[in-house]
Amino acid sequence: MSSIWPQLEPLLGEVQKPARYIGCEDGAVVPEYHQGSVSWLLIYPDVYEIGLPNQGLQILYEILNESVDAVAERAYAPWVDLEARLRAEGLPLFSVETHRPAPLFDLLAFNLSAELVYTNVLNCIDLAGLPVRSEERTSEQALVCAGGHCAFNPEPLADFVDFFVLGDGEQVVSEITSVVQGWKASGRESRIDVLRRLSLVAGVYVPSLYEVSYDGGFVESVRPRYDDVPEVVDKRTVANLADWPYPKRHLVPVTEVVHDRLNVEVFRGCTRGCRFCQAGMVTRPVRERPAESVRSMVRDGLSRSGHHEVALTSLSTADYSGIHRVVSEAMSDPTTCGDVSVSLPSLRVDAFTVGIAAEIQRARRTGLTFAPEAATWRLRQVINKLIQEEDLYGAVEAAYSQGWRRMKLYFLTGLPTETDVDTRGIADLAANCVAIGRQYHPNPSVTVSVGGFIPKPFTPFQWFGQNTVDELRRKISILRDASRGRRGVQLKWHDPRASLIEGLCSRGDRRLGAVIESVWRRGGTFQEWSEHFAEGLWRDAMAEHGLSIDWYVHRHREETERLPWDHLSAGLHKDFLWQEWQDALQSVGLEDCRWTPCYDCGACTGYGLEHIVASATPPAGGSQGTGQVLSPDAGVPVSISSGYEAPARIR
Amino acid sequence: MRVRLRFTKLGKIRFTSHRDVARLWEHAVRRAGIPVAHTEGFTRRPKLSFGLALPTGSESLAEYVDIEFAREVEVDRLPARLSEALPQGLDVEAAVEIPRGVESLQQVVQSCSWSILVESITPAVLGAAVEQVLTAAELVVTRERKGKRVCDDIRPQIIDLEVGEVADEGTGLLAELGTQPRSLRPTELLGVFTPMLRAARTRREGQWTIIDGARQDPLAPGATSKHAEVRAS
Repeated sequence: MSSIWPQLEPLLGEVQKPARYIGCEDGAVVPEYHQGSVSWLLIYPDVYEIGLPNQGLQILYEILNESVDAVAERAYAPWVDLEARLRAEGLPLFSVETHRPAPLFDLLAFNLSAELVYTNVLNCIDLAGLPVRSEERTSEQALVCAGGHCAFNPEPLADFVDFFVLGDGEQVVSEITSVVQGWKASGRESRIDVLRRLSLVAGVYVPSLYEVSYDGGFVESVRPRYDDVPEVVDKRTVANLADWPYPKRHLVPVTEVVHDRLNVEVFRGCTRGCRFCQAGMVTRPVRERPAESVRSMVRDGLSRSGHHEVALTSLSTADYSGIHRVVSEAMSDPTTCGDVSVSLPSLRVDAFTVGIAAEIQRARRTGLTFAPEAATWRLRQVINKLIQEEDLYGAVEAAYSQGWRRMKLYFLTGLPTETDVDTRGIADLAANCVAIGRQYHPNPSVTVSVGGFIPKPFTPFQWFGQNTVDELRRKISILRDASRGRRGVQLKWHDPRASLIEGLCSRGDRRLGAVIESVWRRGGTFQEWSEHFAEGLWRDAMAEHGLSIDWYVHRHREETERLPWDHLSAGLHKDFLWQEWQDALQSVGLEDCRWTPCYDCGACTGYGLEHIVASATPPAGGSQGTGQVLSPDAGVPVSISSGYEAPARIR
Repeated sequence: MRVRLRFTKLGKIRFTSHRDVARLWEHAVRRAGIPVAHTEGFTRRPKLSFGLALPTGSESLAEYVDIEFAREVEVDRLPARLSEALPQGLDVEAAVEIPRGVESLQQVVQSCSWSILVESITPAVLGAAVEQVLTAAELVVTRERKGKRVCDDIRPQIIDLEVGEVADEGTGLLAELGTQPRSLRPTELLGVFTPMLRAARTRREGQWTIIDGARQDPLAPGATSKHAEVRAS
């Protein structure tokens, strides 16, 4: 049985959105299986509409299918209705391309973009017909691996996943393929042998090869069980994005998905240094894609896909060198009959950025989103989001004066050192924005979206005790009171209970494995969906296993404490992060290192890399309130290797 | 210039919704580089007008779309160019230029013929059930329409009903169902049988307009000429 399509087909008439399960995307590959090749099933542990656009998964899918030694198909978590039907019929998880049963693949590879999908990972392993615990799987069964941002603290999933990949996956997937190929060729001897060989691949972490000892509640040590297993596993970093112009063939689904557009990654990494932001920390250094490469990816992607919208993605796209030129070229691309729209998913908060947005959105100007994250300058210095009030009001005024009517402002609450003055400040700031808007429109509106802050590993805030659900609720109610009666201000907030569980998984250790398993066994899947989120299951499971939510989530960590992820490295020096934490508590900000001397965070020096930017000109107006003088003529310590648009390296 | 096209929806792609198919067409016209006219205003959309929605999961040999072009195109080459740009299973089989002012597909189509594979039933049992339905004076069903429950007699919309071929899973049922003022869906038809019938597979075989009392393809010359007396009623 190499396709379950005949059995699946009759079930699809009875489930919601059956187009989730048929594949048929433009850009999809129908692989040919032959003896000796290594088969990967790339799994996104959430529904198709959310998983399909994931760029990491699309990049690896294409790279693997280009290789002669590997084939790759994709799978997504079946929604609860189909899952029930699959279980009733005794059918396994399947790939969407050929509906090949998951148990036939050599590797099941999960993308971990969010902590609340952990129970779905177990569910997918189970639906693939495998025991969920690694130790119970045999050498005949698939290897289970995972990558993505959450893999930087993989300990909560250590019992279930055979190995994790830290950092960029472009190169390491081929190295894994060749180890697994060798293992298959030699007759798939014991699992431990292949795992030991995999542990020698840089960036690969095999949790079962490490012995964890505890001192009371604390992790005392994490030691390799064998001499050749590395004591510290370092992340992988692709030095030059120009070498990896993927995806070349974007997957265009036959049904509507989130981010239904062409996505072109313009750079990876971020040096803004926001202290709450795990993505910005773990993806350093900055690596810009050369403008020519962006241009050809936009051009080819649009004509191939038939999309009429392209998003230039990164953690802070307005910081891309020469953003103006890239945007205007994309918009006037002759292959698209001038019919293309460009979007910048991450807007910086200043008038310069609004200027670019205005160029892009010539026709319809409905809403713009900014993320000041904190309402007072003091607190923004704490979190190192160095936007001054003038920057924000300048951006808002620019937006209203150029035709926008609605602003959306993102804030975090429950930040370190936050006082009620800071919390109430959110409402004041929103009201001030509405007042600016009133000079231009009769009914401007500002939507304030508030999320509870969740400390993440490998950030300066990894030592901070997360606010309790009650405390977050108190802050939200302060904010509700403060916004009441303010015309034009609307408030939305994230469920603090979901933040609690995300926080639990985010900084958990191996002992959480039993908790995740209990929650899953009691049906707690799709935990990131509010209609399925079940806080009670988590609280019960924690109590059942004798673990304290308070200890894991709300406790401040000491400098000397061994953190559960200390044997893994995102390239950042722990003393740099600690210093940043101390500076944060003193409300001291840190300027963007692209235009200052190096702070030695470790991300560049450790890998012998430098920040790579496509143009030596710093972004106009890019000071973002840091007080740096960054006009194009100012002396900036940049050296250009050769010629126009050659990658320049900033020292 | 306006062109009316007929296309199929066969195989896996039948699990896409009517809305998905519209999206697939928008992508296909851009990929094929065909100069489609766009609506004016804030959100410029290509001018594509689809006919009656096909229930998700049903196949079809006869779906229709009217496309307005910004300039002249070679109509004969359209089926091949568009089939190439559309996913497998959506194949354009015919294209005819239509004058401006021709009635929309929604208006022009009077009935659809369906081939329904009824699960686990013998031809004899199905034949008796069909007889019962056809001899009924009225068949009142309650259905939701715009959030309200409405009682309708659907008997007048059952134009033709007969037993088809026998297959492994059951027996075929061939039905011609009226579409005016509102389409009768195959599932609604199966619901009036006692006991209710279940379809293993449903396929729209044709959509018809009536010209001079005769059934015609909406691409037929009589249906696409401006001055034709399209409606029989």
